[in-house]
Amino acid sequence: MDMRDRIKEKLQDKIKEWKETSTKRIFLSLDKKDIYRVVEILFKNLELRFITASAVDLPEAFEFLYHFSNDPSGEIYTLRILLEDKIKPEVASITPLFPGAEWIEREIWEMFGINFIGHPNLKKLLLAEDWPQGDYPLRNKQ
Amino acid sequence: MSHKIIVPIGPYHPLQEEPEFFQLYVEGEKVVDIDIIIGYNHRGIEKLSESKHFDQVPFLVERICGICSTSHPYAYCLAVENILGGEINVVPEKALYIRTIIDELQRIHSHLLWLGLVGHFIGYNTIWMWAWKYREPVLDLFEMVTGNRNNYAMFKIGGVRRDIKDEDIPALKKMLDELLPGVDLFRGAIMDDPVIQMRLKDVGKLSRQQAVEWAVVGPTARASGVNIDIRRDEPYGVTDRLDWNVILEKDGDIYSKTIVRILELFESISLIRQSLDKMPKGGIIDADIKEIPAGEGIGRVEAPRGECFHYIKSDGTNRPVRHKIRSPSFMNVASDKVSAVGGTISDAALTLAAVDPCYCCTERLAVINKKDNSKIMNGWDLIKLSQDKTKILKLSTPRL
Repeated sequence: MDMRDRIKEKLQDKIKEWKETSTKRIFLSLDKKDIYRVVEILFKNLELRFITASAVDLPEAFEFLYHFSNDPSGEIYTLRILLEDKIKPEVASITPLFPGAEWIEREIWEMFGINFIGHPNLKKLLLAEDWPQGDYPLRNKQ
Repeated sequence: MSHKIIVPIGPYHPLQEEPEFFQLYVEGEKVVDIDIIIGYNHRGIEKLSESKHFDQVPFLVERICGICSTSHPYAYCLAVENILGGEINVVPEKALYIRTIIDELQRIHSHLLWLGLVGHFIGYNTIWMWAWKYREPVLDLFEMVTGNRNNYAMFKIGGVRRDIKDEDIPALKKMLDELLPGVDLFRGAIMDDPVIQMRLKDVGKLSRQQAVEWAVVGPTARASGVNIDIRRDEPYGVTDRLDWNVILEKDGDIYSKTIVRILELFESISLIRQSLDKMPKGGIIDADIKEIPAGEGIGRVEAPRGECFHYIKSDGTNRPVRHKIRSPSFMNVASDKVSAVGGTISDAALTLAAVDPCYCCTERLAVINKKDNSKIMNGWDLIKLSQDKTKILKLSTPRL
C-alpha cells in the first residue's frame, strides 16, 4: 500500500488539512494535542525517518513543523501545528520517543522560547550560557 | 575503586567548520559517559538569511562549511526551485550535468580528507600523505573549473554560474584517470591490512537500531545498514540517469564507515565520467529566474556527510521569510553519545572523528584530573595514545 494511504488510514480524522505542494512534498495540518501520538505512529509504526523540526514566528501564532522522510519513495511528510499562545508557547516533547529529536528541540527552545513538555534534558545547545533570559533570537522583534 | 576523570575534547578551532566540545567521563581506560557541547561558532546564518535577497543567499550558505561547500547552496537552490516547480522543470539540461559533476568532485575531496585524517589518528601517516597527494589535483581541478579551490560559487537559483568549457573536459578526464589507481591503492592498503582491520573493527559501533533512533544520515547510517542515499531516493541533478550503486555495510564500526567512504570514491569517479560523456555540448546554463512566488519549498542533497536539508518559506517578496538549515553533522555528532560510550580512551578520538565532524577541534584535546583540574594529557598525547595502540597491534601481528 502507498505510504499516503497508510498515513491517511492510520491518522484518519487527526488530519485537519492535507496539502501536496509538489509530487514529493506533503504537508499535513494537525491539532497540537495530537502531535505526540502522530509522531509515534509515523516513527514507530510506519518507520519514517525523522529529518528535523522547525518553527516560524508568524504574526498570529508560532507555526511548528516536523519533517519526516519516507526514504524508499523520496517523499517528505511535514506535520504542521500552530501554537496560538504567543506569550507562553508549549508543546509536548517527542524526545522520549527517540533520542534523535533531543538537539533540535533544545535549539528551538532557546531560539524561539517554545517550551517542550517532558523533554529530559532541556538546556542551551547553541547559545552561550550567559545569553540574556527571555531574549529569543529567532522571534520577530516588534 | 572508581576514579572518574573528565576528558575535555575541544572546543574550538578557527579553521574548523563545526567546532564542538566533548567532555568524556572516563573510569580508568573506559569511557563511561559523554557530554557534547556545541554552539561555539553559532553565526546566526538562519536569521541572517532572512535579511538577504534570494540571489545573495547561496553565497551566504556556501560559507556554512568549508569542506562540503556546494552542498548547502545546492540544497538551498533545490528548496527554492521546489517552489518554482522542481529542479528538473526549471534548470537547463547542461546545468544539471554541471551540478552533478561539482557535487561529486566535492565528495571525492571530502572523503579523501577524512581518509587521510583517520590514517593520521591511527598512526599510519603514509595514508595521510597519500590522501593529501591525491586530493591536491582535485582541488586544482576545482580551481580550473570554478575559479576557486573551495567555496566555488557555482550555484544559483535556476542554473549554475559558470560553464564547464569543452576544452577543460580532457583535463578533467585525465585527472580522473590518474586518481583511480590512487583510490585503488587506498582500497588495498586499508582493506587488506591486518593491523588496520584489528584497529578499526568493532570500535565505535553504532548498531542499526541505534542509527534509526538517532536518525543519523549519510555514510554513518549506511555503515550501520540503513539504506538511505538522497541521490537515489530523491534524485537531483542527473543522478537518476547514470549507472551507480549505493554502498551499504552492516557492522556500524569505524571499519565499515571507512569502507563505505572508500567505495563511494569509486562511485563518484564513475558518476563524473558518465556525466562528462553525456553532457550536451553548448546550450544555456542559467534559466534566468527573476521572481520567487509565495510558497514553501524543501530541498535536500546527499552531502559527503549525509542528507543536507533546507526549508524555505517565501511570501512573494525578494527575501525568504524563514530559512531552516539542518546539516548532516547535527544528527551524526549527537550519535557519538552512544558510539563512544563503552569504548576505551585510546579509541575516543577516532570514534568521534569517524562520523566526519571536525578534526581541528580534536587537536585541542586535553585530559584533566577531576580532583585538582590538573592536566594529564593534551590532544597530541591522545592521538599518540591511539597511534601507540596501533604500534602494539602491529608488533603482535605476524607480517604477511
